[in-house]
Amino acid sequence: MTTVSITAASSEGRARVQARPSPALRDVASIAGRALRAVPRELETVVPPVFIALFFFVVNIGTLQRLTQSHLKGFDIKAFMLPTAILLGVTGVSRAGSLVLDIQSGYLNRLLLTPVRRLAILIGHMLADVAIACTLMVPILGLALGLGVRLQSGPVGGLAFLLMGCAWSLAFAGFGYAIALKTGNPAAVNSSFLLFFPFLFMTSSYVPRAQLSGWLGSIATWNPVTYVLEGLRSLVTQGWQWDSLVKAVLAIIAVGLVSMSLCLAALRGRTRRG
Amino acid sequence: MTLLQTETDTGREASGVIADNSYAISAERLVRRFGGVTAVDGVDLRIRRGEIYGFLGPNGAGKSTTVRVLCTLLSPTAGRAVVAGYDVADEPEKVRLRIGVALQEAALDPKQTGIELLRLQGRLYGLSRTAVGRRLADLGELIDIGGALARPIGTYSGGMKRRLDLAVALVHNPEVLFLDEPTTGLDPVSRARMWEEVRRLNRELNVTIFLTTQYLEEADELADRVGIIHDGRLVAEGTPDGLKRSVGNDVIVAHVDGNAEASCKAVEPLAGVRSVEARGQELIVTAADGAAMIGPVAVALGSVAPVHHLTLRTPTLDDVFLEVTGNHILADEPAESDPKPRDLAEARS
Repeated sequence: MTTVSITAASSEGRARVQARPSPALRDVASIAGRALRAVPRELETVVPPVFIALFFFVVNIGTLQRLTQSHLKGFDIKAFMLPTAILLGVTGVSRAGSLVLDIQSGYLNRLLLTPVRRLAILIGHMLADVAIACTLMVPILGLALGLGVRLQSGPVGGLAFLLMGCAWSLAFAGFGYAIALKTGNPAAVNSSFLLFFPFLFMTSSYVPRAQLSGWLGSIATWNPVTYVLEGLRSLVTQGWQWDSLVKAVLAIIAVGLVSMSLCLAALRGRTRRG
Repeated sequence: MTLLQTETDTGREASGVIADNSYAISAERLVRRFGGVTAVDGVDLRIRRGEIYGFLGPNGAGKSTTVRVLCTLLSPTAGRAVVAGYDVADEPEKVRLRIGVALQEAALDPKQTGIELLRLQGRLYGLSRTAVGRRLADLGELIDIGGALARPIGTYSGGMKRRLDLAVALVHNPEVLFLDEPTTGLDPVSRARMWEEVRRLNRELNVTIFLTTQYLEEADELADRVGIIHDGRLVAEGTPDGLKRSVGNDVIVAHVDGNAEASCKAVEPLAGVRSVEARGQELIVTAADGAAMIGPVAVALGSVAPVHHLTLRTPTLDDVFLEVTGNHILADEPAESDPKPRDLAEARS
């Protein structure tokens, strides 16, 4: 081990360098930058969601294509299943697991000891999540386009599709962060994705809502994911259906309000506990 | 339990002095509770700018909780603390700009490289890219881990992590540096180097240093003044020499074979012996004039049981601790920190 020495430059440096509050946007960018730099070093956190989404997309099409072609004239199962695959891929994509590791390693305390705004820590992570979710959607969309799916709403609709997927990812990510901040437990965060399963499957993910049987149809009517799916699906199969799109946006906002409220409460609790 | 205080010039003249700018850290009746557990119980502190203050106490005494309150990680339940001129509860952002903290376990992100972590830290303190670069050049020499800065922190040794953690705490040129048990878990050589580093930081950069430790010799070696905390209360405070002088007695330590009770009884009647305590095979005898008493003590003990070793020493901070609490400080190796808030909460439940 080498010895530590302080040079004259250090003394001069002290006189010159003065800490000051950083602008809020710079705080957010710094935290988001750190979260994004970590992604290539933690591919295990982003590869499985894409794999699962692609796997179910391909398997579902393989299972249902012949059946739907023979019984439902003009029904495109590939276009129908694309939003399901997208939601499966981007839901639960978050850096909440890394936040738990920061809590456990004490690095979150290190961040809290700096003048960084507490909210910027969350927003920075979430911005990184949006970027990751957007990137994850590309291969799924690419595969769908390769299989012949055409977006009826055109290229702008494609952009709206991506934005809506990202917004949903962000809205749902709040639950993961709330659990991370509340429990500091990686297992609890990992299982937060399970919360989504009833939401995803008690909805119109595999058949149109009108075809669902009684009780499931009732649940699907109250399930916000139904409206997100229908909004995304309308962009693919029908074009600009404003009624569906508004409902989808409202559903995302409603889920986002709940998750972010929980998240902020958990952040307040965590920073108070220290 | 009353506070043993050996220095008059510690700023306890009046409660108004808490806002005195000559103090880097001041606290008044500081309390931190976790439910029904009181971790810090009415601590008063006055630490002058440029001072090294050693905060000594056994595990669970309240050292780390006090640090967490002073560095704004926890808000006080009652009382008030001012650090670097700002109230920790009312203006925590201003406090954070002026302090550096190295907590007991190096709080580093193992996935980032050392250089990434230092740059991020600089940005969060509002330093410009140029300023960060300049500080990195300074700190590169300071921490001396060379090319390892480009490697992920997860690959660093424990000593390298400690040095990087210290560099991270210093990247923004803090006025006050909190070091929470900086040498716990370090080997003796690394410990000595850390001591030298702390001295230099204080001497060359005039950084006020608040150092918690459970090691007596560390507080003795480094601190200008020492505060001893026990059960969340400050029970003694002063310079290390002053505190030891306050105990007043020399200490004779004897290792005996056989019945310790009988050995105690043999020594107790000797004129000049102030107290005798048996700890296993060890006998601790205090006397005003140890040099004059060592002979009679050896004779008295020898008449009861064989004596293996007989040592005469001046009082240590442990003797001070014993004097004010009735217990010895037992440092663990490796040591655990004070109970964390969650631990206390769990203990409560």
